[in-house]
Amino acid sequence: MLRFAVRRVCGAIAVLFAISVLVFLIFNVVPATNPAARIAGKNATPQLIENVEKEWGFDKSLPEQYWTQMKLIFTGQATSYSLAHINIDQRIVEGIPVTASLCIGAAIIWLSFGILLGYISAIRAGGLVDRFVTVIALIGISMPVFWLASIFLYYLTYKVELFPASGYEPLSNPGKWASHLILPWVSLAVLFAGFYSRVLRSSMLDVMNEDYVRTARAKGLSNRRVMVRHVLRNSLIPIVTLFGLDFGVLIGGGAIVTESLFSLEGVGYFTAEALNQQDIPSIMAVTIFGAFFIVLFNTVVDIAYAYLDPRIRLGTSTA
Amino acid sequence: MSATAETAPAPTGAGGGPLLAVAGLRVGFVTEDGRVQAVDGVDFELEPGEVLAIVGESGSGKSVTAQTIIGLTRSPNSHIEGSVRLRGEELTTQTEAQLQKVRGSQIAMIFQDPMTSLNPVYSVGKQIVEAIRAHRSSVSRSSAHARAIELLGAVGIPDPERRVDDYPHEFSGGMRQRAMIAMGLALEPSVLIADEPTTALDVTIQAQILHLIQDLNRSRGLATILITHDLGVVAEVADRVLVMYGGKVVEQGSLDDIFYDPQHPYTWGLLGSLTRLDQPRPHRLPQISGAPPSLLSLSRGCAFRPRCPHEFAKCKEVPGLEARLAEDPGHRDRCRLAAEQKRKLREIEGRIGLEEPA
Repeated sequence: MLRFAVRRVCGAIAVLFAISVLVFLIFNVVPATNPAARIAGKNATPQLIENVEKEWGFDKSLPEQYWTQMKLIFTGQATSYSLAHINIDQRIVEGIPVTASLCIGAAIIWLSFGILLGYISAIRAGGLVDRFVTVIALIGISMPVFWLASIFLYYLTYKVELFPASGYEPLSNPGKWASHLILPWVSLAVLFAGFYSRVLRSSMLDVMNEDYVRTARAKGLSNRRVMVRHVLRNSLIPIVTLFGLDFGVLIGGGAIVTESLFSLEGVGYFTAEALNQQDIPSIMAVTIFGAFFIVLFNTVVDIAYAYLDPRIRLGTSTA
Repeated sequence: MSATAETAPAPTGAGGGPLLAVAGLRVGFVTEDGRVQAVDGVDFELEPGEVLAIVGESGSGKSVTAQTIIGLTRSPNSHIEGSVRLRGEELTTQTEAQLQKVRGSQIAMIFQDPMTSLNPVYSVGKQIVEAIRAHRSSVSRSSAHARAIELLGAVGIPDPERRVDDYPHEFSGGMRQRAMIAMGLALEPSVLIADEPTTALDVTIQAQILHLIQDLNRSRGLATILITHDLGVVAEVADRVLVMYGGKVVEQGSLDDIFYDPQHPYTWGLLGSLTRLDQPRPHRLPQISGAPPSLLSLSRGCAFRPRCPHEFAKCKEVPGLEARLAEDPGHRDRCRLAAEQKRKLREIEGRIGLEEPA
């Protein structure tokens, strides 16, 4: 298990390095215009552009440029010129609790509903309940987040003042924190819940035909026990895969639409700002930050696999 | 065989009737292409300590028969008629919850492919413990675990204390089938249904598993239904044999009846296609021409008619399963040829076989 973990961590570091190189090349080398001018912003003076050129190492060779820029980003010294001279890393760090609150809450909702609905429609496959759940799930999948969020905002915060309109409240006041987050949680979770329920349903229907499920029945287990302990347990692997990817993307700043619409100033909100201003340093930092979480959660997924399926445990530890 | 042998259940049930009696069992499935009559009239009785073999090609209805006994074929698409009685108690009309109490505890079943029949995510011991505790919730986890070790030892798994916590993928095929048998025995059932238990195993392992089943059958009085297409297996362990074709029993009788005085041409074909090491090797191993029938479009009359070289006019009517030999009422078959004719026709170069008469 230790060897497995060490190998995974080394792999993750290599992937992150490759991503940082790619990000660097895409934003600094590929565009034909002067990168320093773009970093300095729209109304920059020649003096400012020159300063930026020095600060970001554009007067040096490419490897040195890469090194200088990564040092700025990773040591928290990168400043955004387009976005009111904020410190980029500080801005990301401030956004983490907001994004984490949003994503963890939404993840709990979508996993609970996704698994519950998927389970129900699988054990009632072909019946009325299954069809009903299928319709619900497809509606959920088909509703765009921006539309659903706007509907929520219009009807539940403006027409009926059921929830506060927007903004984030720190967790120190849990009631207020939750009331500000309920609508964002639901808007973000609906799509995933619908999608996961469909994936789980088909995965469970596959597993139901497995020989070991027949064995479990032949042992005289109750139907519920067969379904939960044997079918559901073995059907969770695709769900874990999806979850690792989706959650990594969102917590790395992927919930751009939700955070923007509900004015939750998290990483996704900042990403939107950076994109609007075409602020290269911020975009680079956010991209690397996001990549970090995707890689991190993929590693977590691999470890979860080993827990869910003992065959994987053996295969990797002896390899 | 083992320390648990003396705890074998009392052989016969109340009333002194057969342990298991199947009568007029018919199982049909509704499919997209129409209704399939997978099993069409199966009758047999099983006594404690007896080994009944059900043989036939793929699709002859043998597995469906076995699974229907413990209600595994129940579904909205299936239609089950006839009766299955365990110690006089009707199983086909029992509710799912009642049947769950019978499954595993009174009738255990093991399956063809031990590679896929155990859940890969739970240890072997845990799966045995689960079977025990499903029926006896008062048994503690630790004593069920101890029982699992004992059972694994009893079916010949070396070092069971250590292996009990292994996962199925850490077992070889033969050991997995042993573990399946251990799981089947966990609650001391009176009937064991073994659905092609050796098909997926190496020949040497096949013999071991068969001997294990035979041992258990003798030492515990475990009535056994052995489903197979391997007549070698049948010859080795069976007391009585049921030959199935196209969902129907075409011949049934004692082991000797079937092997030395087979009455149905299909049985001749099966016997003729056996490789025998004790007899001169024929030029080419004979086969039954044609393919097993589609259950959607069985020919009228005798189902074996299209493949039978001895077909004659009467074959167009469905033959009943009748005792056709006055001296042996237990030997029944579905072929209308006269006994004398059968004796002549089945003789091919000094052995039993199915060939066009010269």
